[in-house]
Amino acid sequence: MPAFLDDFLFTYESLVHSLGVNGLLALSMYVVLAMGQLSLGQAAFMGIGAYTSALLTLNVGAPFPLVLVAVMITPALGALIIGAPTLRLSGVYLALATIGVGEMLRLLYINTPLFGGALGLSGIPRLAGIIWIYGCLAVGLIVFVFVARSRVGRAMEAMREDELAAGAIGVNLPRYKLGGLVVSAAIAGLAGALDAHVSSFISPAAYGFDAAVTILSFALLGGIGSPFGPVLGAIILTLLPEALRPLQDFRLVVNGLIIVLAVLFMPRGLLAWRMGRLAARPGGASR
Amino acid sequence: MSAPMLSIAALSVRFGGLVAVDDVTFDVAAGSTHGLIGPNGAGKTTMFNLISGLTPPTSGAIRLADREINDLPSWKRAALGLSRTFQNIRVFPEMTLAENVATGLHPSLVQGFPAILTRLGGFAASERRARDIAMEQLEFVGLAAKARQRAGDLPYGDQRRLEIARALANQPRLLMLDEPAAGMNPSEKLELLGLLERLKGRGLTMLVVEHDMKFVMRLCDRISVINFGRKIAEGAPAEVRANADVIEAYLGAKVARGLEKGA
Amino acid sequence: MLSQQLFNGLVVGATYAIFALGFTVMFGVLGVVNLTYGFYFSFGALIALWLTQALNLPVWASFLIAVLASGLVAALVDSLLLTRLRRARAPELASLMVTLGATLLLYSLSSSLIGVEIRRFPAAAINASAFDLLGLRVSMTQLLIVFAAFAMVGGLVYLIQYTRVGLAIRAMAERPDTIALMGVNAGALARLVSFVSGSLAGAAGVLIGLNYNAIQPFMGEQMMLKGFAVIILGGLGDARGALVAGLIVGMLETLTAGYVASSWKDAVGFALLVLTLWIRPAGLFGRATVKRA
Repeated sequence: MPAFLDDFLFTYESLVHSLGVNGLLALSMYVVLAMGQLSLGQAAFMGIGAYTSALLTLNVGAPFPLVLVAVMITPALGALIIGAPTLRLSGVYLALATIGVGEMLRLLYINTPLFGGALGLSGIPRLAGIIWIYGCLAVGLIVFVFVARSRVGRAMEAMREDELAAGAIGVNLPRYKLGGLVVSAAIAGLAGALDAHVSSFISPAAYGFDAAVTILSFALLGGIGSPFGPVLGAIILTLLPEALRPLQDFRLVVNGLIIVLAVLFMPRGLLAWRMGRLAARPGGASR
Repeated sequence: MSAPMLSIAALSVRFGGLVAVDDVTFDVAAGSTHGLIGPNGAGKTTMFNLISGLTPPTSGAIRLADREINDLPSWKRAALGLSRTFQNIRVFPEMTLAENVATGLHPSLVQGFPAILTRLGGFAASERRARDIAMEQLEFVGLAAKARQRAGDLPYGDQRRLEIARALANQPRLLMLDEPAAGMNPSEKLELLGLLERLKGRGLTMLVVEHDMKFVMRLCDRISVINFGRKIAEGAPAEVRANADVIEAYLGAKVARGLEKGA
Repeated sequence: MLSQQLFNGLVVGATYAIFALGFTVMFGVLGVVNLTYGFYFSFGALIALWLTQALNLPVWASFLIAVLASGLVAALVDSLLLTRLRRARAPELASLMVTLGATLLLYSLSSSLIGVEIRRFPAAAINASAFDLLGLRVSMTQLLIVFAAFAMVGGLVYLIQYTRVGLAIRAMAERPDTIALMGVNAGALARLVSFVSGSLAGAAGVLIGLNYNAIQPFMGEQMMLKGFAVIILGGLGDARGALVAGLIVGMLETLTAGYVASSWKDAVGFALLVLTLWIRPAGLFGRATVKRA
């Protein structure tokens, strides 16, 4: 095979991987935003998943499906620890607290030999692949579509539109908020683990504040009227740097500009379509 | 007289140094329509927030039927059958009308995650029930034709009626209406009065805050008057109308308002 | 050496305090979490450096100009991005997100224009002399930091407590809806508050730049993260809390670097943050912002 074709395939494959992983991350962001909360800890949860999976595979030799269960549990526990005290406070606290936790974890990885320090961990076997990544993404999308058209989906949207009114009609706010954050953390952890097992290498730098912002911008650009919006946003923002490659260093400038313009001029995101929240169609009444 | 549906005992709340509600006691008899009136800033909306659990009281007790609900968060009170509307309308603007009302059904709609994810185990039936109840309530308030419109696009008076439909979805034991007729024109008010009288005919217990005296006097069986956070009078509409303290509270307030406008 | 460590920590803490104060004023009055705030820190330091290097201005003059320039950029960003959202009564999250995008834009623009390498003030510009005071070694830079910190906090207290503008600012913090009724131009007031906050961030940037003599476009990002820890420890929106928490974090960091390991220094703030949330979520001085769910 000629060298340039080999190179091309290599690049192409990793792009396909990151499209799927970013789609999952966008879904994890969606869960939180869809109920009117903001977490900037998605990258941190992703990191917990990535490190958990890498250590379990490298040091314990655990079977891969078991690893994937574990990587959903560990970030979920982290979400409980950070969410329980903050979710009773105003929404800003969760955002700031999750940023703080992300930074603390980054420092922990850098300073602890177990986590491989600033260099991270390498030689992680490539156990995941396109099937795993896109399988998880498809399952995630189906689950969220089903949830949206149900009592739970209506309660979530009610919280986003008017938290006070949602409480006044009987939505258990603390339980929904904490539940949403835990699910979101679990998905992010899964994405982190899948990513670790396709790229074979992880380092603390990938799970910092910048990554958290990027994940948020997926959901923002795509819109949160349906779970498809954030995934669309992830696809665009993953492909954009490739398309903007000629711009070199100014790529991130354009990226930032897109976020600003999207919030100011397209508050509902690119995919403004809002999914219905009733599984039974109104109008065709059966009385 | 039957046992009270809502019982307020020596309820007080302080914000900093300000005593917003001061030692208020009254009962709302089951099946009755109780009015809560008083000049602007008398503490009526604060009372509503205390009863529905949005503001914690400083002291006193609130009982719904025979259960003390002081320490329950608002969502638990709602699940126990306490429903309310808001003075500054709070419908879910992005949702359709049908979705708004179906969301009001939240506490009594049983849908476990296995059922939601598999769409089995009676899921379809429960969603149909949600849809049917939503349509039924919309029909009752006269909005069935707009069931699939976006709630935020409705005119003001319709949004008020939608909020009532949402509050009714869960078949509440007590419906609290915070200025339901505010901003309505006379014919809309008359229509609303008819609606509330029909609810009364069904035996629903209601607590109503309203500024329009004619409206309150016609609708309510019993009225409590609050001024500066204290209850100054209570009785049947005719008694309250004749009460000297009430006249002074209102006249005083009106004179003061007149002076403000003149200045 | 403990007293020397504590003193050094106090000096660093003073810059944290100024930085956190500006953010908390912005949040307390305007009700926005403006993430571009960290950029004004970088911007102040970079401008001061440029003025000193290119124009040979003395450090104090560069400091003043940089502080004003940072304030102006902050006011500009506010009127370009946030005024529109304020007018549309957009939710809290929208302003947070738009500033998030702006932050990315500003940092990447500045780093792609001037690079990310660490820059230093010319040795000639910095008065490297030091003197002994009560057994402590005090450098001229440290003296400048302490002096500037006192001046800025004093100026802010005066502005807010004793001037007409300050009265309007306090009114805006308490009841934003009454501002228009008072005949105050809410947009102009928001720009003024942004200017004041931005200046505080810029000042902190120049002072930290002088203290460590290392300046780089992304320095504000790290500072912003540390700032969150300080602000939550102090109580979101509380000015006294920001000052006290800034000093505490500065001192604990210096002690950690001195007695544990310098690599753990940066973890101090975040450990305090998590602790605060569990033990006393409203922060040291915070009024109960706990909502009853």
